[in-house]
Amino acid sequence: MKKVVVLGGGVGGTIVANLLAKRLRPDEAEITLVDSSGKHVYQPGFIYVAFGKTNPKKLVRDERRLLRKRVKLIIDEAVKIDPLNHKVHLAKGPVLDYDRLVIALGARLVPDELPGYKEAAQHFYSIEGAQKLRGALENFNGGKIIVTVASVPYKCPPAPSEAACQLDYYFTKKGIRDKVEIHYLSPLSRVFPLEPVNPVVEKIFVKHNIKSTIFFNVESIDPAKKMVSSIEGETFPYDMLLMIPPHRGAKVVEDSGLGDRGGWLPTDKYTLRTKANSDIFGLGDCTDIPVSKSGAAAHFEAKVVADSVVADVRGEQATAKYDGRVTCYCDAGYHKGFSMTFDYEHPPVPPPLSLRGWIGKQMINFGYWMLVPSGRV
Amino acid sequence: MVLDARGSFCPGPLMELIRGIRQAKVGELIEVWSSDSGSRSDIPFWVQKAGHQMVGIYEEAGYARFLIKKVK
Repeated sequence: MKKVVVLGGGVGGTIVANLLAKRLRPDEAEITLVDSSGKHVYQPGFIYVAFGKTNPKKLVRDERRLLRKRVKLIIDEAVKIDPLNHKVHLAKGPVLDYDRLVIALGARLVPDELPGYKEAAQHFYSIEGAQKLRGALENFNGGKIIVTVASVPYKCPPAPSEAACQLDYYFTKKGIRDKVEIHYLSPLSRVFPLEPVNPVVEKIFVKHNIKSTIFFNVESIDPAKKMVSSIEGETFPYDMLLMIPPHRGAKVVEDSGLGDRGGWLPTDKYTLRTKANSDIFGLGDCTDIPVSKSGAAAHFEAKVVADSVVADVRGEQATAKYDGRVTCYCDAGYHKGFSMTFDYEHPPVPPPLSLRGWIGKQMINFGYWMLVPSGRV
Repeated sequence: MVLDARGSFCPGPLMELIRGIRQAKVGELIEVWSSDSGSRSDIPFWVQKAGHQMVGIYEEAGYARFLIKKVK
Protein backbone atom coordinates (compact mmCIF):
# COMPACT_ATOMS: atom_id res chain seq x y z
CA MET A 1 0.00 0.00 0.00
CA LYS A 2 1.30 3.42 -0.97
CA LYS A 3 1.62 6.30 1.44
CA VAL A 4 0.53 9.79 0.43
CA VAL A 5 1.37 12.68 2.75
CA VAL A 6 -0.17 16.13 2.30
CA LEU A 7 1.41 19.06 4.13
CA GLY A 8 -1.00 21.91 4.82
CA GLY A 9 -4.73 22.04 5.57
CA GLY A 10 -5.58 25.04 3.47
CA VAL A 11 -7.84 24.95 0.43
CA GLY A 12 -5.38 23.08 -1.81
CA GLY A 13 -4.25 20.44 0.69
CA THR A 14 -7.77 19.76 1.92
CA ILE A 15 -9.20 19.26 -1.57
CA VAL A 16 -6.34 16.94 -2.58
CA ALA A 17 -6.71 14.82 0.55
CA ASN A 18 -10.47 14.53 0.11
CA LEU A 19 -10.28 13.70 -3.59
CA LEU A 20 -7.66 11.03 -2.94
CA ALA A 21 -9.75 9.54 -0.16
CA LYS A 22 -12.72 9.45 -2.52
CA ARG A 23 -10.93 7.96 -5.49
CA LEU A 24 -8.31 5.61 -4.04
CA ARG A 25 -9.41 2.44 -2.26
CA PRO A 26 -8.21 1.99 1.34
CA ASP A 27 -5.98 -0.88 0.22
CA GLU A 28 -4.38 1.31 -2.45
CA ALA A 29 -3.18 4.20 -0.35
CA GLU A 30 -2.99 5.60 3.15
CA ILE A 31 -3.66 9.34 3.11
CA THR A 32 -2.24 11.55 5.83
CA LEU A 33 -2.66 15.31 6.12
CA VAL A 34 -0.39 17.30 8.43
CA ASP A 35 -1.50 20.74 9.56
CA SER A 36 0.11 22.85 12.24
CA SER A 37 -3.12 24.25 13.70
CA GLY A 38 -5.85 21.78 12.79
CA LYS A 39 -7.95 24.79 11.81
CA HIS A 40 -9.09 25.62 8.29
CA VAL A 41 -9.22 29.34 7.66
CA TYR A 42 -11.13 31.11 4.87
CA GLN A 43 -8.70 33.91 4.10
CA PRO A 44 -10.81 35.89 1.56
CA GLY A 45 -13.02 36.83 4.50
CA PHE A 46 -10.26 38.73 6.32
CA ILE A 47 -10.98 41.97 4.50
CA TYR A 48 -14.60 41.82 5.66
CA VAL A 49 -13.44 41.41 9.27
CA ALA A 50 -11.40 44.61 8.90
CA PHE A 51 -14.42 46.53 7.64
CA GLY A 52 -16.76 45.14 10.27
CA LYS A 53 -18.88 43.02 7.96
CA THR A 54 -17.96 39.54 9.20
CA ASN A 55 -17.44 37.85 12.52
CA PRO A 56 -13.99 36.20 12.51
CA LYS A 57 -15.50 33.03 14.00
CA LYS A 58 -17.30 32.46 10.70
CA LEU A 59 -13.96 32.14 8.91
CA VAL A 60 -12.51 29.25 10.91
CA ARG A 61 -13.54 25.61 11.13
CA ASP A 62 -11.97 22.43 12.43
CA GLU A 63 -10.00 20.79 9.65
CA ARG A 64 -11.11 17.38 10.92
CA ARG A 65 -14.73 18.21 10.13
CA LEU A 66 -13.85 19.09 6.54
CA LEU A 67 -11.89 15.93 5.83
CA ARG A 68 -13.21 12.56 4.80
CA LYS A 69 -13.02 10.03 7.62
CA ARG A 70 -10.28 7.94 6.13
CA VAL A 71 -7.88 10.88 5.84
CA LYS A 72 -5.59 10.67 8.85
CA LEU A 73 -5.11 14.17 10.29
CA ILE A 74 -1.96 14.92 12.26
CA ILE A 75 -1.90 18.27 14.04
CA ASP A 76 1.81 18.99 14.08
CA GLU A 77 4.39 21.00 12.22
CA ALA A 78 6.58 19.56 9.48
CA VAL A 79 10.12 20.72 10.28
CA LYS A 80 12.19 18.87 7.69
CA ILE A 81 11.56 17.22 4.35
CA ASP A 82 14.09 14.57 3.33
CA PRO A 83 13.53 13.85 -0.39
CA LEU A 84 16.37 11.33 -0.62
CA ASN A 85 14.86 9.05 2.01
CA HIS A 86 11.23 10.01 1.32
CA LYS A 87 10.60 11.18 4.85
CA VAL A 88 8.94 14.11 6.58
CA HIS A 89 10.10 14.99 10.10
CA LEU A 90 7.55 16.53 12.45
CA ALA A 91 8.18 18.85 15.40
CA LYS A 92 6.59 16.53 17.94
CA GLY A 93 5.34 13.40 16.24
CA PRO A 94 6.87 10.47 14.39
CA VAL A 95 8.81 10.60 11.13
CA LEU A 96 6.43 10.04 8.22
CA ASP A 97 7.39 7.97 5.16
CA TYR A 98 5.86 8.84 1.84
CA ASP A 99 5.59 7.53 -1.67
CA ARG A 100 4.06 10.78 -2.85
CA LEU A 101 4.28 14.08 -0.98
CA VAL A 102 2.08 17.12 -1.62
CA ILE A 103 3.41 20.41 -0.25
CA ALA A 104 0.52 22.84 0.13
CA LEU A 105 1.76 25.02 2.95
CA GLY A 106 0.82 28.43 1.61
CA ALA A 107 2.77 31.65 1.84
CA ARG A 108 4.29 32.89 5.08
CA LEU A 109 3.94 36.43 6.41
CA VAL A 110 7.31 37.78 7.50
CA PRO A 111 6.70 41.30 8.90
CA ASP A 112 10.15 41.33 10.54
CA GLU A 113 11.79 41.51 7.11
CA LEU A 114 10.84 45.18 6.79
CA PRO A 115 12.15 47.31 9.68
CA GLY A 116 9.44 49.49 11.15
CA TYR A 117 6.62 47.42 9.68
CA LYS A 118 5.32 46.04 12.97
CA GLU A 119 5.18 49.45 14.68
CA ALA A 120 3.83 51.37 11.72
CA ALA A 121 1.64 49.24 9.49
CA GLN A 122 -1.89 47.90 9.54
CA HIS A 123 -2.96 44.94 7.44
CA PHE A 124 -5.75 42.41 6.93
CA TYR A 125 -3.69 39.33 6.01
CA SER A 126 -4.45 37.49 9.26
CA ILE A 127 -7.48 37.44 11.54
CA GLU A 128 -5.50 39.26 14.24
CA GLY A 129 -4.31 41.88 11.75
CA ALA A 130 -7.83 42.39 10.40
CA GLN A 131 -9.25 42.83 13.91
CA LYS A 132 -6.54 45.37 14.77
CA LEU A 133 -7.25 47.26 11.54
CA ARG A 134 -10.95 47.27 12.34
CA GLY A 135 -10.23 49.04 15.61
CA ALA A 136 -7.90 51.52 13.92
CA LEU A 137 -10.53 52.34 11.28
CA GLU A 138 -13.20 52.87 13.92
CA ASN A 139 -10.94 55.39 15.66
CA PHE A 140 -9.78 57.15 12.50
CA ASN A 141 -11.36 60.56 12.18
CA GLY A 142 -9.52 61.98 9.20
CA GLY A 143 -6.13 62.22 7.53
CA LYS A 144 -4.13 60.46 4.88
CA ILE A 145 -4.27 56.69 4.44
CA ILE A 146 -1.62 55.07 2.29
CA VAL A 147 -2.46 51.67 0.86
CA THR A 148 0.43 49.64 -0.53
CA VAL A 149 2.36 46.36 -0.41
CA ALA A 150 5.65 45.71 1.36
CA SER A 151 7.04 43.58 -1.46
CA VAL A 152 6.18 41.28 -4.33
CA PRO A 153 4.99 38.56 -4.63
CA TYR A 154 2.04 38.62 -2.25
CA LYS A 155 -1.21 36.71 -1.87
CA CYS A 156 -4.30 37.84 -3.78
CA PRO A 157 -2.85 40.52 -6.09
CA PRO A 158 -6.10 42.56 -6.30
CA ALA A 159 -6.47 42.76 -2.49
CA PRO A 160 -4.74 46.12 -1.90
CA SER A 161 -6.70 47.92 -4.64
CA GLU A 162 -9.86 46.24 -3.34
CA ALA A 163 -8.95 47.55 0.12
CA ALA A 164 -8.59 51.09 -1.26
CA CYS A 165 -12.15 50.82 -2.66
CA GLN A 166 -13.43 49.44 0.64
CA LEU A 167 -11.85 52.35 2.52
CA ASP A 168 -13.66 54.79 0.26
CA TYR A 169 -16.98 53.00 0.85
CA TYR A 170 -16.39 52.71 4.61
CA PHE A 171 -15.62 56.39 5.16
CA THR A 172 -18.41 57.50 2.82
CA LYS A 173 -20.88 55.54 4.94
CA LYS A 174 -19.28 56.96 8.08
CA GLY A 175 -19.87 60.46 6.66
CA ILE A 176 -16.25 61.63 6.85
CA ARG A 177 -15.00 60.76 3.36
CA ASP A 178 -14.17 64.43 2.74
CA LYS A 179 -11.73 64.32 5.66
CA VAL A 180 -9.94 61.18 4.44
CA GLU A 181 -7.36 61.11 1.66
CA ILE A 182 -6.78 57.65 0.18
CA HIS A 183 -3.52 57.20 -1.72
CA TYR A 184 -2.73 53.87 -3.37
CA LEU A 185 0.94 53.14 -4.09
CA SER A 186 1.36 50.37 -6.65
CA PRO A 187 4.66 48.49 -6.97
CA LEU A 188 3.96 47.87 -10.64
CA SER A 189 3.40 49.89 -13.80
CA ARG A 190 -0.35 50.27 -13.17
CA VAL A 191 -2.77 50.20 -10.26
CA PHE A 192 -4.16 46.74 -11.02
CA PRO A 193 -1.72 43.89 -11.70
CA LEU A 194 -3.61 42.47 -14.70
CA GLU A 195 -3.33 44.81 -17.67
CA PRO A 196 -6.75 44.20 -19.29
CA VAL A 197 -8.52 44.92 -16.01
CA ASN A 198 -6.49 48.01 -15.15
CA PRO A 199 -8.74 50.53 -16.98
CA VAL A 200 -11.75 49.29 -15.00
CA VAL A 201 -9.98 49.82 -11.68
CA GLU A 202 -8.47 53.16 -12.74
CA LYS A 203 -11.97 54.36 -13.57
CA ILE A 204 -13.20 53.33 -10.12
CA PHE A 205 -10.26 55.13 -8.49
CA VAL A 206 -10.98 58.35 -10.42
CA LYS A 207 -14.72 58.18 -9.69
CA HIS A 208 -14.14 57.72 -5.97
CA ASN A 209 -11.23 60.12 -5.60
CA ILE A 210 -8.61 57.49 -4.78
CA LYS A 211 -5.21 58.91 -5.65
CA SER A 212 -2.61 56.55 -7.11
CA THR A 213 1.12 56.42 -7.75
CA ILE A 214 2.76 53.66 -9.76
CA PHE A 215 6.21 52.09 -9.46
CA PHE A 216 6.40 52.49 -5.71
CA ASN A 217 8.35 49.58 -4.21
CA VAL A 218 8.81 50.08 -0.51
CA GLU A 219 12.38 50.63 0.63
CA SER A 220 11.81 51.77 4.21
CA ILE A 221 9.31 53.04 6.76
CA ASP A 222 10.02 55.76 9.29
CA PRO A 223 7.42 55.13 12.02
CA ALA A 224 8.45 58.21 14.04
CA LYS A 225 8.01 60.64 11.16
CA LYS A 226 5.20 58.58 9.60
CA MET A 227 6.87 58.46 6.20
CA VAL A 228 7.23 55.63 3.69
CA SER A 229 9.94 55.62 1.00
CA SER A 230 10.47 53.60 -2.18
CA ILE A 231 13.51 52.13 -3.92
CA GLU A 232 12.50 54.38 -6.83
CA GLY A 233 13.28 57.40 -4.62
CA GLU A 234 9.87 58.77 -3.61
CA THR A 235 8.68 59.47 -0.05
CA PHE A 236 5.11 60.03 1.16
CA PRO A 237 3.73 60.96 4.59
CA TYR A 238 0.80 59.07 6.10
CA ASP A 239 -1.54 59.12 9.06
CA MET A 240 -2.45 55.47 8.59
CA LEU A 241 -0.32 52.97 6.69
CA LEU A 242 -2.26 50.01 5.31
CA MET A 243 0.45 47.76 3.93
CA ILE A 244 0.32 44.13 2.82
CA PRO A 245 3.11 42.44 4.82
CA PRO A 246 6.21 40.88 3.24
CA HIS A 247 5.77 37.24 2.20
CA ARG A 248 8.10 34.25 1.88
CA GLY A 249 7.61 30.59 1.05
CA ALA A 250 7.04 27.91 3.69
CA LYS A 251 9.65 27.65 6.45
CA VAL A 252 10.07 23.88 6.19
CA VAL A 253 10.70 24.27 2.45
CA GLU A 254 13.45 26.79 3.16
CA ASP A 255 14.87 24.82 6.09
CA SER A 256 15.03 21.69 3.93
CA GLY A 257 16.92 23.49 1.17
CA LEU A 258 14.06 23.04 -1.29
CA GLY A 259 13.15 26.70 -1.87
CA ASP A 260 14.46 29.44 -4.12
CA ARG A 261 15.82 32.73 -2.79
CA GLY A 262 12.36 33.75 -1.55
CA GLY A 263 11.62 30.32 -0.13
CA TRP A 264 9.19 29.51 -2.95
CA LEU A 265 9.11 25.89 -4.08
CA PRO A 266 10.33 25.49 -7.69
CA THR A 267 7.46 23.66 -9.36
CA ASP A 268 6.57 22.75 -12.95
CA LYS A 269 3.69 25.02 -13.87
CA TYR A 270 1.86 22.30 -15.83
CA THR A 271 2.48 19.01 -13.99
CA LEU A 272 2.81 20.67 -10.55
CA ARG A 273 5.63 18.27 -9.71
CA THR A 274 8.55 19.97 -8.03
CA LYS A 275 11.47 20.52 -10.36
CA ALA A 276 13.94 18.71 -8.10
CA ASN A 277 11.81 15.70 -7.10
CA SER A 278 9.08 14.23 -9.28
CA ASP A 279 7.50 12.38 -6.34
CA ILE A 280 6.86 15.69 -4.58
CA PHE A 281 4.08 18.00 -5.75
CA GLY A 282 3.91 21.74 -5.13
CA LEU A 283 0.46 23.21 -4.73
CA GLY A 284 -0.84 26.73 -4.24
CA ASP A 285 0.79 29.79 -2.73
CA CYS A 286 3.98 28.06 -1.57
CA THR A 287 5.19 27.42 -5.13
CA ASP A 288 6.98 29.62 -7.66
CA ILE A 289 4.53 29.01 -10.51
CA PRO A 290 3.63 32.24 -12.34
CA VAL A 291 -0.02 32.59 -11.35
CA SER A 292 -1.79 34.63 -8.69
CA LYS A 293 -1.22 33.38 -5.19
CA SER A 294 -4.86 32.71 -4.36
CA GLY A 295 -7.23 30.09 -3.08
CA ALA A 296 -8.85 29.91 -6.51
CA ALA A 297 -5.57 28.90 -8.14
CA ALA A 298 -4.95 26.31 -5.41
CA HIS A 299 -8.49 25.00 -5.92
CA PHE A 300 -7.91 24.30 -9.62
CA GLU A 301 -4.37 23.01 -9.08
CA ALA A 302 -5.58 20.57 -6.42
CA LYS A 303 -7.59 18.61 -8.98
CA VAL A 304 -4.55 18.20 -11.21
CA VAL A 305 -2.41 17.06 -8.28
CA ALA A 306 -5.09 14.57 -7.19
CA ASP A 307 -5.35 13.14 -10.73
CA SER A 308 -1.58 12.75 -10.93
CA VAL A 309 -1.23 11.15 -7.50
CA VAL A 310 -4.01 8.64 -8.33
CA ALA A 311 -2.21 7.75 -11.58
CA ASP A 312 1.14 7.39 -9.80
CA VAL A 313 -0.32 5.18 -7.07
CA ARG A 314 -1.88 2.92 -9.68
CA GLY A 315 1.25 2.82 -11.82
CA GLU A 316 -0.48 4.59 -14.67
CA GLN A 317 0.77 7.41 -16.87
CA ALA A 318 -0.11 10.76 -15.28
CA THR A 319 -1.48 13.09 -17.95
CA ALA A 320 -3.22 15.86 -15.99
CA LYS A 321 -1.93 19.35 -16.65
CA TYR A 322 -2.71 22.63 -14.90
CA ASP A 323 -3.68 25.27 -17.45
CA GLY A 324 -3.03 28.23 -15.15
CA ARG A 325 -6.71 28.83 -14.46
CA VAL A 326 -7.55 31.42 -11.83
CA THR A 327 -10.91 32.95 -11.00
CA CYS A 328 -10.95 36.21 -9.15
CA TYR A 329 -13.81 38.12 -7.51
CA CYS A 330 -13.37 41.74 -6.46
CA ASP A 331 -15.67 43.83 -4.26
CA ALA A 332 -15.46 47.49 -5.25
CA GLY A 333 -17.85 48.72 -2.55
CA TYR A 334 -21.33 50.22 -3.06
CA HIS A 335 -22.61 46.66 -3.78
CA LYS A 336 -20.65 46.56 -7.01
CA GLY A 337 -18.05 44.03 -8.03
CA PHE A 338 -16.59 42.06 -10.88
CA SER A 339 -15.20 38.63 -11.57
CA MET A 340 -12.76 37.31 -14.11
CA THR A 341 -11.27 34.03 -15.14
CA PHE A 342 -7.98 33.62 -16.94
CA ASP A 343 -5.26 31.05 -17.59
CA TYR A 344 -1.78 30.73 -19.11
CA GLU A 345 -3.11 31.21 -22.63
CA HIS A 346 -6.04 33.55 -22.07
CA PRO A 347 -5.64 36.87 -20.29
CA PRO A 348 -8.65 38.19 -18.38
CA VAL A 349 -11.37 39.99 -20.31
CA PRO A 350 -12.19 43.44 -18.90
CA PRO A 351 -15.25 42.79 -16.77
CA PRO A 352 -18.26 45.04 -16.26
CA LEU A 353 -18.69 46.42 -12.76
CA SER A 354 -22.04 45.17 -11.54
CA LEU A 355 -24.32 44.13 -8.70
CA ARG A 356 -24.10 40.61 -10.13
CA GLY A 357 -20.31 40.63 -9.71
CA TRP A 358 -20.71 41.68 -6.08
CA ILE A 359 -23.36 39.02 -5.41
CA GLY A 360 -21.02 36.43 -6.97
CA LYS A 361 -18.38 37.21 -4.37
CA GLN A 362 -20.89 37.05 -1.50
CA MET A 363 -22.20 33.71 -2.79
CA ILE A 364 -18.70 32.26 -2.78
CA ASN A 365 -18.09 33.53 0.74
CA PHE A 366 -21.31 31.82 1.78
CA GLY A 367 -21.02 28.61 -0.24
CA TYR A 368 -17.30 27.94 0.23
CA TRP A 369 -17.62 25.60 3.19
CA MET A 370 -20.21 23.38 1.54
CA LEU A 371 -18.67 23.16 -1.89
CA VAL A 372 -14.94 23.75 -2.01
CA PRO A 373 -12.97 21.80 0.66
CA SER A 374 -14.78 18.59 -0.23
CA GLY A 375 -13.66 18.87 -3.84
CA ARG A 376 -17.29 18.86 -4.97
CA VAL A 377 -16.72 21.82 -7.31
CA MET B 1 21.58 36.33 -11.60
CA VAL B 2 19.23 34.92 -14.26
CA LEU B 3 15.47 35.12 -13.66
CA ASP B 4 13.42 33.02 -16.07
CA ALA B 5 9.92 34.54 -16.14
CA ARG B 6 8.91 33.12 -19.51
CA GLY B 7 5.26 32.08 -19.64
CA SER B 8 4.31 34.63 -17.02
CA PHE B 9 1.89 37.36 -18.03
CA CYS B 10 2.89 40.92 -17.40
CA PRO B 11 3.62 42.11 -14.69
CA GLY B 12 5.12 38.77 -13.60
CA PRO B 13 8.52 39.41 -15.26
CA LEU B 14 8.70 42.91 -13.76
CA MET B 15 7.84 41.49 -10.34
CA GLU B 16 10.67 38.99 -10.77
CA LEU B 17 13.07 41.81 -11.65
CA ILE B 18 12.06 43.91 -8.64
CA ARG B 19 12.53 40.86 -6.41
CA GLY B 20 15.93 40.22 -8.03
CA ILE B 21 17.10 43.82 -7.63
CA ARG B 22 16.27 43.72 -3.93
CA GLN B 23 18.38 40.61 -3.46
CA ALA B 24 21.30 41.68 -5.70
CA LYS B 25 24.38 43.61 -4.64
CA VAL B 26 25.31 47.01 -6.12
CA GLY B 27 27.15 46.42 -9.37
CA GLU B 28 25.59 42.99 -9.94
CA LEU B 29 24.03 42.13 -13.30
CA ILE B 30 20.52 40.73 -13.40
CA GLU B 31 19.10 39.04 -16.45
CA VAL B 32 15.34 38.60 -16.84
CA TRP B 33 13.83 36.36 -19.51
CA SER B 34 10.32 37.28 -20.58
CA SER B 35 8.00 36.05 -23.30
CA ASP B 36 5.45 38.76 -22.57
CA SER B 37 5.44 41.69 -24.97
CA GLY B 38 4.41 44.11 -22.20
CA SER B 39 7.84 43.65 -20.60
CA ARG B 40 9.45 45.56 -23.48
CA SER B 41 7.94 48.77 -22.20
CA ASP B 42 7.44 47.93 -18.49
CA ILE B 43 10.96 46.78 -17.67
CA PRO B 44 12.99 49.65 -19.27
CA PHE B 45 10.50 52.17 -17.82
CA TRP B 46 10.91 50.80 -14.30
CA VAL B 47 14.71 50.48 -14.60
CA GLN B 48 14.94 54.15 -15.58
CA LYS B 49 12.57 55.26 -12.82
CA ALA B 50 14.42 53.24 -10.18
CA GLY B 51 17.77 54.64 -11.32
CA HIS B 52 19.40 51.41 -12.45
CA GLN B 53 21.13 50.76 -15.76
CA MET B 54 19.50 49.00 -18.72
CA VAL B 55 22.50 47.24 -20.23
CA GLY B 56 20.65 45.67 -23.12
CA ILE B 57 17.61 43.89 -24.52
CA TYR B 58 18.35 40.79 -26.58
CA GLU B 59 15.70 39.14 -28.75
CA GLU B 60 15.70 35.33 -28.70
CA ALA B 61 13.31 32.83 -30.24
CA GLY B 62 9.99 33.45 -28.50
CA TYR B 63 11.32 35.60 -25.70
CA ALA B 64 13.59 38.51 -24.83
CA ARG B 65 16.49 38.76 -22.41
CA PHE B 66 16.73 41.97 -20.39
CA LEU B 67 20.12 42.70 -18.86
CA ILE B 68 20.09 45.18 -15.98
CA LYS B 69 22.86 46.44 -13.71
CA LYS B 70 22.04 47.42 -10.14
CA VAL B 71 23.82 50.74 -9.67
CA LYS B 72 22.70 51.95 -6.25
